[in-house]
Amino acid sequence: MSALQKMMGWVDDRFPLTATYKAHLSEYYAPRNFNFWYFFGSLALLVLVLQIVTGIFLTMNYKPDSELAFASVEYIMRDVEWGWLIRYMHSTGASMFFVVVYLHMFRGLMYGSYRKPRELIWIFGVLIYLALMAEAFLGYLLPWGQMSFWGAQVIVNLFAAVPFIGEDLSIWIRGDYVISDATLNRFFAFHVIALPLVLIALVAVHLVALHEVGSNNPDGIEIKKHKDPVTHIPLDGIPFHPYYTVKDIVGVIVFLMVFSAILFFAPEMGGYFLEANNFVPADPLKTPQHIAPLWYFTPFYAILRAVPPMFGSQFPGVVAMGLSIVVMFFLPWLDRSKVKSIRYRGPIYKIMLALFIVSFIGLGYLGLLPSTPVATIFAQVLSVIYFLFFLLMPWYTSIDKTKPEPERVTG
Amino acid sequence: MSQEVDGQKVDARKRRFLIAATSAVGGVAVAGVAVPLVMSMMPSERAKAAGAPVEVDISKVEPGMLLTVEWRGKPVWIVNRTPEMLDLMAKHDDQLADAKSEQPQQPNYCKNATRSIKPEYLVAVGICTHLGCSPTYRKEVGAADMGGDWPGGFFCPCHGSRFDLAARVYKNVPAPTNLVIPPHQYLSDTRLLIGVDPSTDHLQGS
Amino acid sequence: MKRLKNFLFLLAAVPVLAFASEASLHLDKAPVNLADQDSLQRGARMFVNYCLNCHSAGSMRYSRLQDLGLTEDQIKDNLLFAAEKPGEPMKVGMAKTDGKAWFGATPPDLSVISRSRGADWLYTYLRGFYRDDTRATGWNNTVFDKVGMPHVMWSLQGEMAPRYKKEGEHEVIERLELVKPGSVTLAEYDAMVGDLVNYLVWMGEPAQLQRKQLGLIVLAFLAVFFVVAYYLKKEYWKDIH
Repeated sequence: MSALQKMMGWVDDRFPLTATYKAHLSEYYAPRNFNFWYFFGSLALLVLVLQIVTGIFLTMNYKPDSELAFASVEYIMRDVEWGWLIRYMHSTGASMFFVVVYLHMFRGLMYGSYRKPRELIWIFGVLIYLALMAEAFLGYLLPWGQMSFWGAQVIVNLFAAVPFIGEDLSIWIRGDYVISDATLNRFFAFHVIALPLVLIALVAVHLVALHEVGSNNPDGIEIKKHKDPVTHIPLDGIPFHPYYTVKDIVGVIVFLMVFSAILFFAPEMGGYFLEANNFVPADPLKTPQHIAPLWYFTPFYAILRAVPPMFGSQFPGVVAMGLSIVVMFFLPWLDRSKVKSIRYRGPIYKIMLALFIVSFIGLGYLGLLPSTPVATIFAQVLSVIYFLFFLLMPWYTSIDKTKPEPERVTG
Repeated sequence: MSQEVDGQKVDARKRRFLIAATSAVGGVAVAGVAVPLVMSMMPSERAKAAGAPVEVDISKVEPGMLLTVEWRGKPVWIVNRTPEMLDLMAKHDDQLADAKSEQPQQPNYCKNATRSIKPEYLVAVGICTHLGCSPTYRKEVGAADMGGDWPGGFFCPCHGSRFDLAARVYKNVPAPTNLVIPPHQYLSDTRLLIGVDPSTDHLQGS
Repeated sequence: MKRLKNFLFLLAAVPVLAFASEASLHLDKAPVNLADQDSLQRGARMFVNYCLNCHSAGSMRYSRLQDLGLTEDQIKDNLLFAAEKPGEPMKVGMAKTDGKAWFGATPPDLSVISRSRGADWLYTYLRGFYRDDTRATGWNNTVFDKVGMPHVMWSLQGEMAPRYKKEGEHEVIERLELVKPGSVTLAEYDAMVGDLVNYLVWMGEPAQLQRKQLGLIVLAFLAVFFVVAYYLKKEYWKDIH
């Protein structure tokens, strides 16, 4: 026995290192037919790590103080050695996180990855998405530019629309009557400590749940149905390591190429990743002419604005926005189709999914624009489509004509 | 790993090579990300600007007087030593821990009897080598509380370390070494630049 | 998937149909060329001479001008008016309250002005001052109506007067005309403002040249990494296919 094996033995007697390695990598059997869409899970994990690491180093020089915050970001950009790189990695990473997560969620919708027995994976996933939105929103206040300030002002004021307690609630969130130093300081605390912990915990349970039931695949069939009679290994399963590790490395490199192209050549991404107005220090007395949230929030912002005030209250809009996310939790039970994957679904689901994507992207686009009567009508139509995708799902998935699923994975 | 999968021969050497190559390039990638992160913890431009060399006009420092200036956040003393002080200073080498300045507490050009470039001017970092307090200037010869034979020097109030007027430490005090002489140079008879050795271009430090 | 693509295509047509409304000012294209060190140096000199009297650039250290090929001695001798050491940031001598009293608002810090306003806006703005006796300063601006800032470089450009044209109900400024020549020609003035804007763009992010250089290296490295990793993947996936 070699020294290394001896050492591993010593550790394994005290900690399930080899067992963990086997369970999650070398003997975790993933379907052999993963396609392009299956890169985004591991990419999301990569971006999470990147955000945490760069965030730690930004924290070393950032000052969560309304007098100093804006200048401290520029200090990082200029005076701190390589500070600009670390800051751009973090700001680009924030947007790319959402790109990756949206594609990851789209994959789930296409192949029915939320269906039994993976309901909890989906629910943990939606929770991750919620936590990520909160994390991004809190983080966006920190540079203390005009968009930071007024974006936070608008969103926190949404809470003021809650009946009865709204006003007190929004004051409690801000710790002041306007967005102020106190707000900045507490947002900083949540952004660098509380939500990262929540995110890491949720990602952990997301993965544990995934590895408990096994990965779905583009055919939407269970590979565990056909196992080798002797080894009990799924016939269509291959060990995650080395096959998917070597494959994911390729995916990671391609992703990093896109990431680097943005980071090094267009870190502002035409104003979508870093807004021009956020290079103006926050001024509580001067609202910018046009406030739009960052692109990854705009679909929900458009839904909010699509709902007209009722009984003199913005609350219905806030509720609609909330429901547009809450409804995602119910997806596993709304889908009544006999098949999981879009490959074997009928035309109705395909059309509905396409309409849903159109509505989501369309709402995202409208959310960036100033509110005009025409834009509001578009947003209302698209919001209705958004909700109908979910609410009509029990009906259209049960009448849809499906194709028979294959016994074994294809391709 | 078995040598044959699905009837295909596995070229183990090729795989080993490709793994090594990928690991090597991946290692470079990780190092490439790590270097900027690590380097970001070095002094920033602000810290460097604050630590830039300090120019001092010493024409106003009367004989016997001590002037304190700040350099890199530390007090630096400039003492104009009188001939009497220099005289007394040479007579107690036996009481000092490092009379010949063997320890590298000064630039080479100050490794001499007066620990200075010009004999009359002492330039020293006023931080006790024991635990970092700033000693007080006690120039009164024979001060009663310093013991009758005190030739003038520095006394650290924190733990009682004593230094003479060349900032050399006495034996049997807590401080282990002489005070530090910072790099410095004379731009003219009255202008002193602290923070740069005489031999180098004074612009490089900034 | 094909159907999906069709829908995406349709969606792309939506903005064209509905939202081509936002009226925007016409901005002249700024001649930004960060590779032109001479232009950047001239711009830095303009900036120190004309802007720093009232505006600060608090995030910018004089010593950083070395990136533009200036030596520390050149910076010390020619550009260092308001500071003692090259390591200091470009602060302004005027007190904040004075600025507010004189111009109605504290002149903004210009460290990142090019990133908030954009180069073309600055280029048009700095060339868009005209005589307007209704204003306390005597000046107005084509892209910043009722601006508090006077025309600092009027002795260079000279005095411009607006020529109006009818546009529906309103009279709008069609162009500016030189009524009292300055010390340089209008073409020379445009070139000088071009240098200044070039400098402002550089100052908005002094690391940007280094950033783009590093970007090429990183992408080249990733391309090599891709080739190696691709062959590794291919070798292992022989087992599967």
